[in-house]
Amino acid sequence: MGRKVFWAILILALLALPPVTLALGQGFYIDLVRRIMIFAIAAVSLNLILGYGGLVSFGHAAYLGVGGYAVAIFAFYGVNNGFLQWGTAIGASALVALAIGAVSIRTSGVYFIMITLAFTQMLYYLGISIEEYGGDDGIRLKMRSQFPLLDLSDGLQFYYLVLGLMLLSVFVVHRLVNSRFGMVLRATRSNEARSRAIGFSPYMYRLTAFVIAGAMGGLAGALLVNQVNFLTPDYMHWTRSGEIMFMVILGGMGTSAGPVLGSFALLLLEDILSNWRDPRWIGEHWQVILGPLLVLSVLFFKRGLAGLFTRHE
Amino acid sequence: MIKPLHSLAAGALAAMLAFAPPAQAQQKSLKIGFITTLSGPQGIIGKHMRDSVELALDHLGRKVGGLQTEVVFGDDQFKPDVGVQVAEQMLKRDQVDIMAGIIWSNVMMATVPVVTGAGKIMVGTNAGASPLAGAQCNELYFSTSWNNDQSPEAMGKHLQDTGVKELYVLAPNYQAGKDMVAGLKRFYKGNIVEELYTKMGQLDYQAEITALRAKNPKAVFIFYPGGMGIQFIRQYVQAGLRDQIPLYSVFTVDETTIPALKDAAIGQYEARFWTAEVDNPASKKYVADFRKKYGYTPSYYGAQSYDGILLIDSAVRAVKGNVKDTKGMVAAMRKADYKSIRGDFKFNNNHHPIQDFYLLKAVKDPKAPEGITMHIEKKVFEDHQDAYHKECKMKW
Amino acid sequence: MTFALIFEQLLNGVQLGVMLFLLAAGLTLVLGIMNMVNLAHGSLYMVGAYFAITVGQWSGSYLLGVLAGILGTLLVGMAVEVVALRTLYQRDHLDQVLATFGLILFFNELVAILFGRFALFASLPSYLQGHIELFAGIRYPVYRAVVIAVGLLTAILLWYVVTRTRLGMLVRAGASNRTMVGALGINIRLLYTLVFGVGAALAGLAGLMAGQIYTVQPGMGELILIQVFVVIVIGGIGSIRGALVGALIVGIVDTMGRAFLKPLLGMLLSPVAADTAGPALASMLIYLLMALILALRPAGLFPARG
Repeated sequence: MGRKVFWAILILALLALPPVTLALGQGFYIDLVRRIMIFAIAAVSLNLILGYGGLVSFGHAAYLGVGGYAVAIFAFYGVNNGFLQWGTAIGASALVALAIGAVSIRTSGVYFIMITLAFTQMLYYLGISIEEYGGDDGIRLKMRSQFPLLDLSDGLQFYYLVLGLMLLSVFVVHRLVNSRFGMVLRATRSNEARSRAIGFSPYMYRLTAFVIAGAMGGLAGALLVNQVNFLTPDYMHWTRSGEIMFMVILGGMGTSAGPVLGSFALLLLEDILSNWRDPRWIGEHWQVILGPLLVLSVLFFKRGLAGLFTRHE
Repeated sequence: MIKPLHSLAAGALAAMLAFAPPAQAQQKSLKIGFITTLSGPQGIIGKHMRDSVELALDHLGRKVGGLQTEVVFGDDQFKPDVGVQVAEQMLKRDQVDIMAGIIWSNVMMATVPVVTGAGKIMVGTNAGASPLAGAQCNELYFSTSWNNDQSPEAMGKHLQDTGVKELYVLAPNYQAGKDMVAGLKRFYKGNIVEELYTKMGQLDYQAEITALRAKNPKAVFIFYPGGMGIQFIRQYVQAGLRDQIPLYSVFTVDETTIPALKDAAIGQYEARFWTAEVDNPASKKYVADFRKKYGYTPSYYGAQSYDGILLIDSAVRAVKGNVKDTKGMVAAMRKADYKSIRGDFKFNNNHHPIQDFYLLKAVKDPKAPEGITMHIEKKVFEDHQDAYHKECKMKW
Repeated sequence: MTFALIFEQLLNGVQLGVMLFLLAAGLTLVLGIMNMVNLAHGSLYMVGAYFAITVGQWSGSYLLGVLAGILGTLLVGMAVEVVALRTLYQRDHLDQVLATFGLILFFNELVAILFGRFALFASLPSYLQGHIELFAGIRYPVYRAVVIAVGLLTAILLWYVVTRTRLGMLVRAGASNRTMVGALGINIRLLYTLVFGVGAALAGLAGLMAGQIYTVQPGMGELILIQVFVVIVIGGIGSIRGALVGALIVGIVDTMGRAFLKPLLGMLLSPVAADTAGPALASMLIYLLMALILALRPAGLFPARG
């Protein structure tokens, strides 16, 4: 199956989902798929630095948290302007990514993983201890971000906005990695010494990619808070970073379809398995099935799920 | 080789998206959505709750309020966003008539607006977040448990009344930890020699216990739910402090942690509104039948959930099965006209129970399957109201 | 703040460090020698605790339980390596991460299915209970002293095997040049399985010792896993010496931080500020420490790989 055909089918399916499910009386799926697409955006952003840049950041959930806090704090003080909230979410996450990246990118390998993890943990503990914004009880969003022309409290409009943003993020990353910038980034991943010899400084390229990924993560965070109408520091916990990472790995790193496939596969599986009614033990102990499925997928899908659909990438 | 695999995958994906569980005819039956945590280590609490709900259904002949009932259980995985998703699912896909459950404050805070926003009633059977008892109280939200602060308030009162001059306080460093200590201080006016907040999920308390022993206070108060409590208590006892410095706690030693502690729990003081020893017919029946059916002693988590089903039953009966009459259901629930496991009680204006609180002590009990029971030492509060009800604007 | 208190807290820190060392040793061996990131190391720790407690209670003998814990985890580890992980040595670290994460889910849930979600009850035999009197009136729990002793003994044993025996030499050689060692007629696959098994056994030993003081329940491994990674990063990947030093540093810094940071801050800042800053800082302390060490020594304190 060619890449173009795959995307055409996916886009059509997602466009058609709301009217079809509403007609079948299964409107709940709009909420579910919307939540999945938000995580897909997070996965797409992580894929930029992880899949293409080779930067294994275990702290990506921090940016979702920062983005979410930006929206929630504004709302807390009664400012519901969507542009202001989301703009700050993206800007703040970019700044945090700049700060964390500037320090972390000096290291590599397992050390990079641990440093990014450490930073996320610190942000998480910080979030818990700020009682003003609910601590770990979290804060409720009284109303969704307000935009002119769009009403996000209408699940359908919100869904299509998220769909559009997801496709946009895939497109942006795709263009980015196929541009000169992207070529250098990928080169620094496969052979750092050689790229340095040609005269590129891997550090600056990686840092730039890191900041872009952080900013996109912030957008995903703003969307997530709107989706759930709730914010907790839990969104920044390292286990959430791990989940996003698993989506990227499962889907196929360094591919444009990978993060989308991975997030859909993982979250749909989780939803289906945990709601299994008959036999009931599957619903209760669904992780005993998901675990081996993940292991098998690594053993057999050497290039992730995307490797099934496309020939080369 | 790839082609059949990929078309299989595509087909599976499409099938998953189109999957629609059979719709149920609603007329003569009732659907209750019950959200709790069923996976992970906290799943133990979910098990207590689910077992209790099932027992309640057994006692009612599987008919709540005279209607054939199905309870749909959902797993929030201890995450607020999953809790919200599960609630949405139950409301839109399973079309439940009423919702109940939820262990955790943050999941509750996220989920209640979703349920009440859809015009359905939510019966909280554990989480006691203060905003829901105060400014964010809601006509459609009822609690069969308590407000978080009430248990530490009871402990604080006991310590104050019995003249405990100095207290060493330990709790984990998160919102609930701080709330518990705040509740304690509302009634305890003695000298708090140390107020220490430890890391969430910390495993080793040897350093804190060493420091505690060096300070040698007259009494220690802790709040360590779940695994943290098991660790702390074990290490406290291993350090030989059980017989030297009395240990008071809330939400730390209970029927979900006693099996892991066994004798290490003996001598522990707790404050709660209920224990298996509470002497009224409904509670006695609940405990006896629960022990017989499941072989272990139920905890307050279970008792609250059992009570929630009974509350719903009383309301559905009152509206004669017309569950869509929400106003009628609310009015009926407010009456609390049923045999609760806590005895007779009234709801406060914020739909939280006004109830008694006891000082409990863990003692040896050969009659209990675990060998240990939470024994009632004395009643600390009679008809205790929570500290937030005045902030709730509801009047009825 | 007396000398006796400080010394006792130091002992506590050493004991925590020793526990972390047992876990870190296995993990760093597998990562350094076989280049495999094994997130399921925490699951092996859990398996050790469960084996030891169940066999100990069923047989009535604590020592039999200990034996079962170590041997059982050794076997489970080797089985997991052969069945699931063997083909992953050549794969990307991230694939290993995903696969071993899958194993975590599997083991946690399997344990929940077999033993329930109730935390397990564990008890010490009478000869391990009680205290020993040290100088200056310090009473230290016997069991914790035993943990320190066992940990240090294991460290010495490991060091001896890795640096002074032929087996250790083979293991180290296999890390730098797998094909050459294979060409010499050594069965490299068997070697790797053995190393993995030993790493697992070490984790099992840590688990069964921890099982007496920490809560034994599904997911117990993940609670301690991050600290273990911090230890091997500080110590240097692949180095047993680094794991020991790193573990002791982390154990002592974490313990002393929790014990003395708040009172220390209280002398500098207002009590209210110390109250909030103290615990927050204490929980971030080992991460700050790690960042500091990496800033000075980017490959850890004693990097083993060239």
